[in-house]
Amino acid sequence: MVSPLDRKLLRDLWRMKLQSFAIALVIAVGVLLLVMMDGLVNSLAQTRDAYYDRYRLAEVFAPVKRAPDHLLDRIAAIPGVSAVEGRVVGGALVDVEGQTVQVRARAVSLPEFREPRLNAVYLAEGRRLDPRRLDEILLLQGFADAHGLEPGDSLTATMNGARHTFRIAGLAQAPEFLYSTAPGELAPDDSRFAVLWMNEEALAAAFDLDGAFNEALVSLDRGASEPAVIDALDRLLDPYGVTGAYGLEDQISNRFIHEEISGLRASSRSVPPVFMGVAAFLLYIVISRMIESERTQIGLLKAFGYTSAEIGAHYLKFILVISVGGVLLGCGLGVMSGHALSGLYQQYYKFPFLIFRVDPSAFITAIVVSVASASAGGFIVLRRIFALAPAAAMRPPAPADFSSSARLVAALRRFLDQPSRMIVRRIARQPMRSFAASIGIAVGMGLSVAMLGVLGGFDKAVELNFNVIDRSDANVSFVEPLGEKTIYELKRLDGIIEVEPFRSVPVVLRNGVKSHRGALDGLTEDAELNRAMRDETHQVYARKDGIVLSKPLAAKLDIGPGELVTVDVREGRRPVLTLPVVAVSQSLLGAPAYFELSALNESLEEPGRVSGAWLRIDPAKQQDVYEALKNMPAVAGVSLKDEARDALQRMMDEGAGATRYYMAIIAAIITFGIVYNSARIAFAERAHDLASLRVLGFTKSEASYVLLGELGLITLAALPMGAFIGTGLAGAIAAGFSTDLYTIPAQVGFSNVGSGALAVLIAALIAGWLVKRDVDRLELVSALKSRE
Amino acid sequence: MKTSDDPKTSGTTFDVKQLTRVYGEGPAAVHALRGVDLQIPKGDLVVLLGASGSGKSTLLNILGGLDRATDGQAHFFDKDLTAMSDAQLTRYRRHHVGFVFQFYNLMPSLTAHENVDLVTEISDNPMPADEALDLVGLSHRQDHFPAEMSGGEQQRVAIARAIAKRPTVLFCDEPTGALDSTTGRQVLRVIQDVNANLGTTVMIVTHAAATAAMAHRVIHMADGAVREVIENETRLSAEEIEW
Ligand SMILES: Nc1ncnc2c1ncn2[C@@H]1O[C@H](COP(=O)(O)OP(=O)(O)OP(=O)(O)O)[C@@H](O)[C@H]1O
Ligand SMILES: [Mg+2]
Repeated sequence: MVSPLDRKLLRDLWRMKLQSFAIALVIAVGVLLLVMMDGLVNSLAQTRDAYYDRYRLAEVFAPVKRAPDHLLDRIAAIPGVSAVEGRVVGGALVDVEGQTVQVRARAVSLPEFREPRLNAVYLAEGRRLDPRRLDEILLLQGFADAHGLEPGDSLTATMNGARHTFRIAGLAQAPEFLYSTAPGELAPDDSRFAVLWMNEEALAAAFDLDGAFNEALVSLDRGASEPAVIDALDRLLDPYGVTGAYGLEDQISNRFIHEEISGLRASSRSVPPVFMGVAAFLLYIVISRMIESERTQIGLLKAFGYTSAEIGAHYLKFILVISVGGVLLGCGLGVMSGHALSGLYQQYYKFPFLIFRVDPSAFITAIVVSVASASAGGFIVLRRIFALAPAAAMRPPAPADFSSSARLVAALRRFLDQPSRMIVRRIARQPMRSFAASIGIAVGMGLSVAMLGVLGGFDKAVELNFNVIDRSDANVSFVEPLGEKTIYELKRLDGIIEVEPFRSVPVVLRNGVKSHRGALDGLTEDAELNRAMRDETHQVYARKDGIVLSKPLAAKLDIGPGELVTVDVREGRRPVLTLPVVAVSQSLLGAPAYFELSALNESLEEPGRVSGAWLRIDPAKQQDVYEALKNMPAVAGVSLKDEARDALQRMMDEGAGATRYYMAIIAAIITFGIVYNSARIAFAERAHDLASLRVLGFTKSEASYVLLGELGLITLAALPMGAFIGTGLAGAIAAGFSTDLYTIPAQVGFSNVGSGALAVLIAALIAGWLVKRDVDRLELVSALKSRE
Repeated sequence: MKTSDDPKTSGTTFDVKQLTRVYGEGPAAVHALRGVDLQIPKGDLVVLLGASGSGKSTLLNILGGLDRATDGQAHFFDKDLTAMSDAQLTRYRRHHVGFVFQFYNLMPSLTAHENVDLVTEISDNPMPADEALDLVGLSHRQDHFPAEMSGGEQQRVAIARAIAKRPTVLFCDEPTGALDSTTGRQVLRVIQDVNANLGTTVMIVTHAAATAAMAHRVIHMADGAVREVIENETRLSAEEIEW
């Protein structure tokens, strides 16, 4: 038989079903976020690992100019090396219809009569290469899809200065090209980067590498030391023109995907706790007020001789039903939306398969946090009630102490009518409860404000990068560093308004044990088109006497102005420089470092060399300019700012940043849940008083006014606090979203606060309206009776 | 008045000495009880009379273990209620006390039957809830919620709830205040039967002075103290009481 207390539990739950549901929902969305993010991170990481493993991605890459094939045996003999593959890779430019500029591509060789030992290819469509044909290619699937190319189509590409026409045998993907960015750009763009896999013989012929390779791929024995192997490789390959072997962590695609996953991991660790914290706080407030309103019944149970433990257990069940219900709902929804989102990520990252798994610890965290905070709210109130003698607990709570508010009310008498005085008196009588209610709403609003600030931060990152830092229209890069003559050639082109040269060299920056592999950009002193910025309005000029580091880079190296940084240049004569940091610049995209152009060239002993240029182009003559650039042999590729901007936007919308929209919705749900619960509880606490008012002859609207007026004041008091809390939370959430690829600034503006406040007010209006309906429907007799 | 130095053998249910209860402190303090001395023999049916605010409910609450005295002693047999821990008071209420409150104090979300069950659940030797409800003439309303019952019916449920556990002492704070003469007599009959058949010590607070005629002992309270205790030589049965 169900015990009478359990019946009471079930009936109370049913009576408060809407409110219980609202609370459970707030918990659920907090949990949803936690589980979803955790599931995403886990499944991406595991899928990546499985993909790498299945397709034998190399662990060390050693590019050379030209090395004879027999060297591969000597590489295999290096201790710690488990497998070796040599291959030919090269740059190519692909003609595509509808594309203003040629698309940069990578040509990669595949052995004719066997599977590659390392870096295998996943054939998505069509068939494998016919070993006897020299004009067949496998094309990167993403690129093919972006341009509507299919097996059987042909494709024209320029390699090593010569034009070739190929037949597409099949479409393929590979773990080393998961993330295909146009060179020099950060954001991936399927339509502007291609990979062509070809028979080794054909590619070797195109690059004059018969019987030789220009990239060695190496995998390691378990437990082997990667730096030792890299060292040995560099020594062995030194005579063959090495630019330095590097590990998987520096491989471009892997690095990007690593950044994205760790960015997602960072936000999964920092953002859901903020949400859970807010939900937990709400839970605490709501549960404690709900139990407070059961005070007379608790006194009664005590009067019958129920022990505190028995009564505590009863309310614990109540809390558990709601919070565990919320957690379960949240876990279910979290797994579902995690699954859905990771499906999107699967497409975005082009994994051929997907492993979805949520770490059980996420579920456990969710349950523990929710149940603990709900129980805390319950038990703190219960303890207070238990401390009272049952006779006192059975009396309606807080015997009216008018003395403190009497003077205030007396002072207000002249200005306020009777119902307004009641509102003021109630708030003044229980200032702590009113304050707690306000704080609850403020925290809810803070969450929404913070999310709005973060959403704006994404736009701001794009804005700052493409309007303030980069003011060019396009960027050209040369096949290799060239003399300044090329710059004059560009300047002479009709339609080019401005040309700003730059030099970019691969470097490893070091400060003690901290290091960063990236590029050092040589800018002219008076750079205009692509600049380093201290903030939105102040430029930082590149200097000859030291380098400028972007903020994320300075943070990564833990270094500041005045300190020395070691610059290990990986190009040309490969000098190792020690330079002072002269300034730190703002960068929301990537982690660049700047040096003055001529000083950089001087240190390389390559005066007057440039890697490319930033261009400003007359919009009317755009087409002519692109056509002319296409025909310049020195030009390796052109990237248009608009396209780069779109690509970045897409990366933020489809990559790690995609979860922000989920979070904004969740923040809105939590905010509404908080406001609605506050209204509901206020109504429950006041039902009896309201009925009395009505009995005394007050109209329905006067009665609602007393309730809603109090609610309104509490809500208004919450607004400034909400703005304040939002500013704090925005910092935490934005930091969680920032990755090494981009930094999301946390700036809560007036408009964010305004929108957040508006959302709260709308939520308050809806909640108020729902509650007003109940006030109007209030059955006087039963409301009065229900108090025993 | 019976007196004895050894309450255990004397059969005194309550032995109250200089019981004081002060609400609040400082100038706002209310002295609800100002030194009550009282003895209630086992098995007595006691009626407490007194003006509103004279401290009747306060005394009942302290003897029922619902409230604590500010000063003085109140022995329940050989145990001093004022010296008990909270847990001991809880056990005292659970095993010995039946309470009918001035305000009905039913659980709004439980039916009449379930309200009775709530108490029998935790007692050692309760009567079935049906039987208790039958005693107060409400077996046909057992599945109704408090909000669906009249004040008198609610009060009768409260009485059924109090007697169902067969308590050692039964406290009734104005049990008939809301009832008409017929139901009022009916309720008093039940209480009298419990007292007579189960030997339960009963204390009834009432404003209806006529009720005093059915008591063994009538206590008049005024201004927080006992003014007079009268032992009735002859008692009327519940049915004979003038209403
Ligand atoms: N919680 C309380 N706080 C302050 N004063 C109280 C409290 N409870 C009772 N009193 C005061 O103590 C005095 C005695 O109250 P009590 O309820 O015992 O009176 P009563 O004799 O039962 O009156 P009634 O016949 O009206 O029920 C009254 O003056 C009352 O105002
Ligand atoms: Mg009273």
